[in-house]
Amino acid sequence: MEIDRPDGRTRNQLRPLACSRNILNRAHGSARWSQGDTIVLAAVYGPKTGTRKNENPEKASIEVIWKPRTGQVGKAEKEYEMILKRTLQSICVLTINQNTTTTVILQVVNDDGSLLPCAINAACAALVDAGIPVRHLAVAICCAMAGSGSVILDPTKLEEQQKMEAFSYLVFHNSVLSMLPEGSLHVDGEPMEHGIITSVTHGVISVDDYLYCLERGHAASAKISDFLRRSLQSHAPSDPSKAA
Amino acid sequence: MGSSGASGDLEGEMEVDAFRRLFPLRFHERHLLESIRPDARPLGRARESTVALGAVSSADGSALAKIGHTTMLAAIKMEVMTPSSESPDEGCVAIDFHMPPICSPFVRPGRPAEVAPVIAKQLSDVISSSGMINLKELSLTTGKAAWMAYLDIYCLDADGALFDAALLSAVAAFSHLQIPAVSINEDGRVVTVSRADGDGKQAKDPVIKEKRKLTLSCVPFSLTCILHQKYILADPTAEEESVMETLVTVVLDSSSRLVSLYKPGGPVLAYTSAVQDCIALTRHRVKELQKILNEAVSDMEVD
Repeated sequence: MEIDRPDGRTRNQLRPLACSRNILNRAHGSARWSQGDTIVLAAVYGPKTGTRKNENPEKASIEVIWKPRTGQVGKAEKEYEMILKRTLQSICVLTINQNTTTTVILQVVNDDGSLLPCAINAACAALVDAGIPVRHLAVAICCAMAGSGSVILDPTKLEEQQKMEAFSYLVFHNSVLSMLPEGSLHVDGEPMEHGIITSVTHGVISVDDYLYCLERGHAASAKISDFLRRSLQSHAPSDPSKAA
Repeated sequence: MGSSGASGDLEGEMEVDAFRRLFPLRFHERHLLESIRPDARPLGRARESTVALGAVSSADGSALAKIGHTTMLAAIKMEVMTPSSESPDEGCVAIDFHMPPICSPFVRPGRPAEVAPVIAKQLSDVISSSGMINLKELSLTTGKAAWMAYLDIYCLDADGALFDAALLSAVAAFSHLQIPAVSINEDGRVVTVSRADGDGKQAKDPVIKEKRKLTLSCVPFSLTCILHQKYILADPTAEEESVMETLVTVVLDSSSRLVSLYKPGGPVLAYTSAVQDCIALTRHRVKELQKILNEAVSDMEVD
């Protein structure tokens, strides 16, 4: 059944994605990621020497600072920082630069729905721009459930708050482009990109609807992976005078 | 890593406690190979949980919940406030979660726990989205007066699975909550009625109510699991959480709908089979917790 979305998109259609890197002069890496009107700016500084007190000195540590568009930093921002920190820790290679801290700063420029996925995508692009060693990238997507069991992707703020019963932010691996035959990339019969790195849900849905959301999320993450690969390949190498 | 070879030689010679401190991951993995955990629980079993209602006598509703050693004290105070103009017939619930230094050696007065605001936000999200509390029941006079429930949860001992214990104590405190009786006095202000002077002052009173309890529908319960390689461990202790870092928290309500599936990153990916296994473990746990809560409530009523 068709749902009428206010901006005329179909259920599985994402908003236009745009990514620009190397936009801040002083930061070691930076990226600006926009999905429709939701825009997040990410900056990466690091690796810097030393870790904070509670962190394990045998690994590199990642510190995340989230700055909202307006207002003071509160519990919601602390939650986003924690989710981002744990997500980025799982994609970075932490054993290379031991006893160092990499700081990722996110500034929300505009929030029009699907904010956390946009921030995760921006942070990944900024890490690549800074040259921090990462094992693979993460792509994030927001799936919203309407009452009738249908799922729409990448909702706007209006859709998130008023029309949808529940929405969930899902983060997957990016898809692997490889010369090897398909069989070697499967784990337990599922391709590696179907594993969830992070999942945050709001609102009550049935378990089957959530599993259906996961499937739709997989399909969409492939599209975002392709976009990410194209935008990272097309950029010129960053200015070599920007020393760490 | 050279240490795996070295630890192999030292295993026979070292004491168990020293091995546990020096090579914690290997210690736990040795147990997992036998499908058991250091405290002799099977992988899918949660720790023993208890709930005691009415722990704080000065509060309108309170509960002390323990899951293993993790202890949470929840207390609710009610205050009258004017409702907002967007929802004039609804009250409000404000949830705060505190981790005082008593709970863990890693929390000091100048170094608040990083996890405390995150758990506070998670609790408010879960309680509001599960629809457990009907905010219209908290209203007194439409547009003029409504109840604000301040729920404070204190962690007294942090031994893993903090969110589960906090949610259990919050739900138990709401089951114990009795909204105080009120009347409107001559100035038009709402005052609470104590039993002694209940008869004299009821000049204009349209709002006298007896002490009443809230009706709770769709009560949420949760279970935190750790994913490590191909094992799923239910209800981790603090030691297990620090060694194996991938946590998944599933919150289901009493009609088995998914209120929240929270997996904040972590080195292990969750495939669909792991997600379904976690949800199955949580379903089982929901039944256990419902039974424990119902027993605690009926013990209270007998008194």
